[in-house]
Amino acid sequence: MIPLSFLLALLVCAGALIAAGVALATASRATAVLGAGLVSLFASVLFVILAAPDVAMTEAAIGSGLTTFLFFFVMGRIRREGGK
Amino acid sequence: MSTRHILIAGLLGLLGLAFWHLAADYLPDAALNPTAAYYAAHAADQTGAPNLVTGIIITWRGLDTLGEVTVLFLTSAIVALVLAQSKAPAGAAGPGFLPAGELLATGTRMLLPLIALFGAYVIANGHLSPGGGFQGGAVLASGVLLALLAQPRMRIGHALLARVESVSGLGYILVGLAGLAFASGFLDTAFLPLGRFGALLSAGAIPLISVLIGLKVGAEFATILQSLEEGEDAAQEEDAA
Amino acid sequence: MIALALFTGFALILLGLYGALTNRDLIRMIVAFTIADTGVNVVLVAVGYLPGRTAPILDAAVPVAEAAARVIDPVPQALVLTAIVIGLGVTALMLAYAWRLFRARGSLDISDFTELKW
Repeated sequence: MIPLSFLLALLVCAGALIAAGVALATASRATAVLGAGLVSLFASVLFVILAAPDVAMTEAAIGSGLTTFLFFFVMGRIRREGGK
Repeated sequence: MSTRHILIAGLLGLLGLAFWHLAADYLPDAALNPTAAYYAAHAADQTGAPNLVTGIIITWRGLDTLGEVTVLFLTSAIVALVLAQSKAPAGAAGPGFLPAGELLATGTRMLLPLIALFGAYVIANGHLSPGGGFQGGAVLASGVLLALLAQPRMRIGHALLARVESVSGLGYILVGLAGLAFASGFLDTAFLPLGRFGALLSAGAIPLISVLIGLKVGAEFATILQSLEEGEDAAQEEDAA
Repeated sequence: MIALALFTGFALILLGLYGALTNRDLIRMIVAFTIADTGVNVVLVAVGYLPGRTAPILDAAVPVAEAAARVIDPVPQALVLTAIVIGLGVTALMLAYAWRLFRARGSLDISDFTELKW
């Protein structure tokens, strides 16, 4: 009998790796940024499983929240300047 | 797949081999190492903080945290400097924002006080439960982010953010010096009474430093966000006019 | 579970480095760097985890007297907390410089920046 937490960890790790793969393979810049944010979100769930709630909070707020918006702000600037 | 990609993949494969050896031979320790065991055993009598991570960040490794907020301050200053020098030529950057939708505008009005309250809760309970200055500061900054998205024209003045940032930074140093004067060393938080273990107002100066770090980090993140947000140039021109 | 987290962390580092080295677009290089950053954090937290123990927060369930025998290592967690916050600062700096390069050249492709190439 496999413990439930291990199954959850397996699911989260697979999700993080798939999201990273999507972020690196996709042709769209926006999808890549969202994929990196998803990696951070999966990592923060993994931190909860690894008994690190402090780190999980920080990663969820900073890694997947603020960082993603920093990327979008800069991409918005670039689009406004006529870049692609 | 060019030769360049194959070369990079090969090099990373070697690095992966090294990682594989690290991971395959890794055996978790049976007991805590001496440093961690010391921290766990002396949480109650030295810091008074039930959350060991907060105790380490603020008291035992307080100097590192002071350095960290300094690095963060430098980052926000450099980002603002780099972006200020690349101001758009007049007329090239029109008002490029779409107005925020009804849902976002109303949701922001409802959520913003709650986000601020949650940030304050996370900061104030940092020594009891998961949280602390950095997390709470990030929550506060995400409130600023939401306000930026809902009303791109509305922004907190740079002067106010700079003042909050520098006053809390100065306060942090002063609290550290108070530790030097009244307790065993710089950034020692035990110069205030430790109080009852697990109470909200306990753990010496840790809640005070948490509040200061939260304000400082929140102001720094808000500065970075506002600097990188696309309406920045237009708003600066309005200020100058 | 530790092996799983270690594997994921190392794989994220390698994926991120591969993306940063092979991409020619500055924004996508920075995205790849943030993925590698997350991977480093996962590895560090996994190293601090001890099986069968609980989070380093003392309360009614984990009294002070048996803390050293019941909690996991809090030091890597404090380290990673710092690393995440600094990571955001590094990302913001990289993005600001990328924007400066774009303003100077009108391009985000590193093939267009050849001054230091030889």
